[in-house]
Amino acid sequence: MAKMRGALRVGLSVAVLLGLTGCAGDFRYNWNWSILACTSENIDAGCIGPYFFWILEGLSWTIAVASAAWVIAFPLGSVFGILRTFDKPILVVVPFVKSPIYFRTRAIGTSKGIIWVNVAWFLHGFANVYVTIFRNVPLLVQLFLWYFVFPELLSDEAGMWVKREMPLPEFWTAVVCLGLYSASRVAEQVRAGINSISRGQQYAAMAIGLTPVQVYRYVLLPVAFRIIIPPLTSDFLGVFKNSSLALTIGVLELTAMTRQIEEYSYQGFEAFTAATVLYIGVTAIVMVAMRVVEGRVRIPGMISLEAK
Amino acid sequence: MNETKDTTGTDGGGMIEMNHVGKWYGEFQVLSNCSTSVNKGDVVVICGPSGSGKSTLIKVINGLEPFQEGTITFNGVSVGDRTTNLSKLRSQIGMVFQNFELFPHISIIENIKLAQMKVLGREDDEARNRSMELLERVGLSDQRDKFPAQLSGGQQQRVAIARGLAMDPIAMLFDEPTSALDPEMINEVLDVMTELANDGMTMMVVSHEMGFAKRVADRVIFMDEGYIVEDCSKDDFFGTPRGDRAQLFLSKILTH
Repeated sequence: MAKMRGALRVGLSVAVLLGLTGCAGDFRYNWNWSILACTSENIDAGCIGPYFFWILEGLSWTIAVASAAWVIAFPLGSVFGILRTFDKPILVVVPFVKSPIYFRTRAIGTSKGIIWVNVAWFLHGFANVYVTIFRNVPLLVQLFLWYFVFPELLSDEAGMWVKREMPLPEFWTAVVCLGLYSASRVAEQVRAGINSISRGQQYAAMAIGLTPVQVYRYVLLPVAFRIIIPPLTSDFLGVFKNSSLALTIGVLELTAMTRQIEEYSYQGFEAFTAATVLYIGVTAIVMVAMRVVEGRVRIPGMISLEAK
Repeated sequence: MNETKDTTGTDGGGMIEMNHVGKWYGEFQVLSNCSTSVNKGDVVVICGPSGSGKSTLIKVINGLEPFQEGTITFNGVSVGDRTTNLSKLRSQIGMVFQNFELFPHISIIENIKLAQMKVLGREDDEARNRSMELLERVGLSDQRDKFPAQLSGGQQQRVAIARGLAMDPIAMLFDEPTSALDPEMINEVLDVMTELANDGMTMMVVSHEMGFAKRVADRVIFMDEGYIVEDCSKDDFFGTPRGDRAQLFLSKILTH
């Protein structure tokens, strides 16, 4: 029954899509899929340009921007996510200082002639500020800030280096911006994953004598990262899709190349169809890969963490 | 063994000494003026109505929960002192929880090996041998490569006890070890605990298993609303509890 309903839904969707394509036909649009297959060798055979290679080049830039951004986002986001779970004080006692007055805040306090500093309060606060800023400012605005405003804030030489002399300035700006933005999203997933583990696990880990670092390393993080694989997959896919914004600062990634093909050939429908298929293809590969990872690290006997 | 000075002032010589301990969750006071002393080899059962502070009382002993007032010393080391190495202190106290709290992502034997290797610095072989010894003792050596979620509650709790014992603790704390178990599994856990008590382990047990208390306990502590209301030998407690509150509690718990 459920299967039949599913088939019906798919059928209807296809029909609607075909209808839309039919509308496109009414515009008397000249479909010409062959432009996508053209290479520089067969230009004489009626082709306008080497669009096949443009698309390939765009695709590789998209993959490069997204992968490099993820290399920044994943470790950085994990660190910030972990810092955001530091709600217990980590006290560092400042030695050899006699405190003249008694005061106590959540960050710094004095007692019995010693001053102690709650390092956790500062780390936690820093991570909170980071996530608030990077998650709540639109990515496009962030991209412009990094590309246009950030170099102006530096000294003349440094600013010039970032703008001009640095190799591939647009590419690296896009990578850093997208990486820092995605890190804030990863941080939220990691925090949620750690917080979803029962308090008893933390008690048990502490009770057998593990230090706080060991509690995270051996007990909380291995379980938290397993739990957040599905939402983390979404964020990874998001990096690929968001990388298309890099075209606004001049990175010739897949979307930019597609637009360029449209401008040169007026065959935008074919070009964007190709881009759509490629985006779906890349993200599908990522999804399948993450599914494989999820299956590999599945905990035997644990239903809530089982894939499917 | 530790430079930390004993700040209790009244050194009673007990392994666990609590003096006028008070603890608050925000405005709410969970423990009020709790004092008791547990000697080496004592088995103390703590009972009382829910919300009376039993679990909190044993969680402050190994520093899992901070307290704001009074002093606690374990084996001469002050628990509340900021300079005390709490991780080291906790490694000497085994603890068993209501919900077992085995680590779900590693196998049974890895659960027992983990702290032996990471905290005590034992070699893999040594930790494995010790773990197998303890698994045999709790009757689960054939389950060593399974994962926690593949065992029954009673089996998981026995593994949890083995995990605590693997650190060669000098005392064990039990926080309602049988409350989350099906009736037919309670005895397999209580048997292990009884055996442990007979071997001379110092134990503090939060439990409503009055049969276990009658058989094994040296002393019974009865708590109500954060106060230690009764702290007496088990014969006194089951014979003639002094307070009305304890009598009421006993009549309710023993009649069904």
